[in-house]
Amino acid sequence: MARQAKQRKREGSPWTGLGAVIAKEMADHLTSARMRILEILIVLTALGTGYAALQQLTGESNQDEFLFLRLFTTAREPLPAFAGFLGFLVPLVAIALAFDAINGEFNRRTLARVLSQPIYRDALLMGKFLGAFFTLALVLAAIWLLVFGIGLLGLGIPPSGEEVARALLFLLATIVYGGFWMVVALLFSILFRQAATAALASIAVWLFFTGFWNMLVSLAAQTLRPIQFGLPQEQIAQTELALLLSRFSPNTLFVEATVALLLPSVRTLGVILPFELQGAILGAPLPVGQSLLLIWPQLTGMIAAILLLFVLGYVSFQRREIRS
Amino acid sequence: MSEIIIETQKLTKKYGNFVAVDALDLVVKEGQIFGLLGPNGAGKTTTILMLLGLTEPTSGRVRVLGFDPTRQPLRVKSQAGYIPDQVGFYDELSARENLIYIARLNGLPAEEANKRIDEALARVGLSQVANQRVETFSRGMRQRLGVADVLIKKPRLIIMDEPTLGLDPELAREFLKLIRELADSGITILLSSHLLYQVQEVCDRVGLFHRGRMVLEGTLPELAQNVLGASYKVLVQANGSGVSFLDTLKQLPGVASVDFEAPDRYTLIATEDLRAEAARAIVQAGGQLTELDVDTPSLDEVYNAYFKEVNHGPTGEAKKA
Ligand SMILES: Nc1ncnc2c1ncn2[C@@H]1O[C@H](COP(=O)(O)OP(=O)(O)OP(=O)(O)O)[C@@H](O)[C@H]1O
Ligand SMILES: [Mg+2]
Repeated sequence: MARQAKQRKREGSPWTGLGAVIAKEMADHLTSARMRILEILIVLTALGTGYAALQQLTGESNQDEFLFLRLFTTAREPLPAFAGFLGFLVPLVAIALAFDAINGEFNRRTLARVLSQPIYRDALLMGKFLGAFFTLALVLAAIWLLVFGIGLLGLGIPPSGEEVARALLFLLATIVYGGFWMVVALLFSILFRQAATAALASIAVWLFFTGFWNMLVSLAAQTLRPIQFGLPQEQIAQTELALLLSRFSPNTLFVEATVALLLPSVRTLGVILPFELQGAILGAPLPVGQSLLLIWPQLTGMIAAILLLFVLGYVSFQRREIRS
Repeated sequence: MSEIIIETQKLTKKYGNFVAVDALDLVVKEGQIFGLLGPNGAGKTTTILMLLGLTEPTSGRVRVLGFDPTRQPLRVKSQAGYIPDQVGFYDELSARENLIYIARLNGLPAEEANKRIDEALARVGLSQVANQRVETFSRGMRQRLGVADVLIKKPRLIIMDEPTLGLDPELAREFLKLIRELADSGITILLSSHLLYQVQEVCDRVGLFHRGRMVLEGTLPELAQNVLGASYKVLVQANGSGVSFLDTLKQLPGVASVDFEAPDRYTLIATEDLRAEAARAIVQAGGQLTELDVDTPSLDEVYNAYFKEVNHGPTGEAKKA
């Protein structure tokens, strides 16, 4: 109302200085020891799982039409597939990039100095997010190229256009998924003064969705849609509720997106939910456009969640007193 | 010539029911060094944050350099530098890298930025350590880097919150000299402090804050006149066979008060320069004058006198221990 009217009247672009903030953030991230460690971790993972998958695939003398994509999804005991690894490495990296974004500036007492430059807080917050986001995208793209390189060398055949398109979409989905955890960490970095608290809170949320959400979901489904007579309708109702609830978890959305993109034979993400990457139903492969359509709600859902959390962070950051 | 740089009218900031700054009217003119003075929690920092558009006022009007910091913060902040009370830098970056970031936030092209950074570092005497990481810097070096940091934007106004906090006396003196030099080069300066002696050293005008209100404002002699009722301080040292000259001195016309400082040492607060009268009185009373001097009362005395009045009421009799 009155406050909003005041906000609207403010003069000058909210994005003044955005480029400078992004450049500084990316330079910081790409040279930081923290990122080094994580990069090494991911590269080792990519090499390890890629190599393992390669051995598995060449051993099978496989006729698979989408051999290349199976580099991402083939697991060889005891290692999970690369896509599965990314499922928990990406949140880790994303959180590591953002958990001290704002409170770090607070604690180093640089916030007042930076905000007394001719920029709005919008530019600082957006720059912090985009700097970390582009860093994540850069790292993931590099890893993606690495796996692709392993495939080219190891399999000796070039991927089809369809496979490249699917792999690229998978990269995009991974980046969006990372963006979600990044914005969670960013929000906590605004809400909590201590970086350690923000990191712990982010990890706690992640653990909650990784470990506990599915348990809670099946518990809730069993209580709310009990199977009293063993009828198929009852079972379907229960499964549908479970599916609906489980989709509130970003992890589920990411797994679904991964499955649909990397396993072209998956025709539906409906009631028969593939919780695992393996064991998906087989059939005639879908064209990539159809698969994209299939995961469209998942992608837009994650993006909507990112926007929502960012707005929450934005509002709380605008109101925050900046004195130390 | 003396353009108005800062002007506030009835500027008020409330945190809930607590009034941190209460209907402040402040005018700072170009080229002045203005000191905001007051005890902890008086509202100095809050005022400064409002001047820079970093906190929104609850009510009232502010103009800084002709702009409204709430609606046009970018214009204000591109010409006004701010050194917070605890200025922090990116420790893992060098002094120069820290300044480059600030230059880029100010939208300076690289060439111009480098030129200004070199100038600024030279001006505060940090050219030698420009490429050292800031984590190796002492408190004094950081404070000077803080000045270099605001000089990058060629400011017309610099606002400093407790600039000498944590500096040893030697460094503080050097820092005050630097402030004076900046003012001489035409930059208006607003600083807050509760180190009275330093404020007195460097400030042209002083505003005394108390519980969110500016209770006194003016040059030091004006304040002295206002609070002590007199703006001359005459120091008399005289000995005369164990006699006290306290009463003699008190009877001089124009004397506001006489303090017995040490054996044979008296200070008179008076409306005029009473050296001649005091000397005559001492001699007539049979004493020997050994020293005679005149000065303005120190800010310390004004400040203490003011708060004695405020805390004990105007009739407060308690003498300073
Ligand atoms: N965010 C806040 N919420 C509530 N009260 C606040 C807030 N910030 C400051 N205050 C109060 O406002 C008053 C003025 O604070 P301010 O920091 O302006 O004082 P100051 O004169 O700078 O004091 P100091 O000399 O200690 O720095 C204080 O009593 C403080 O407790
Ligand atoms: Mg303060």
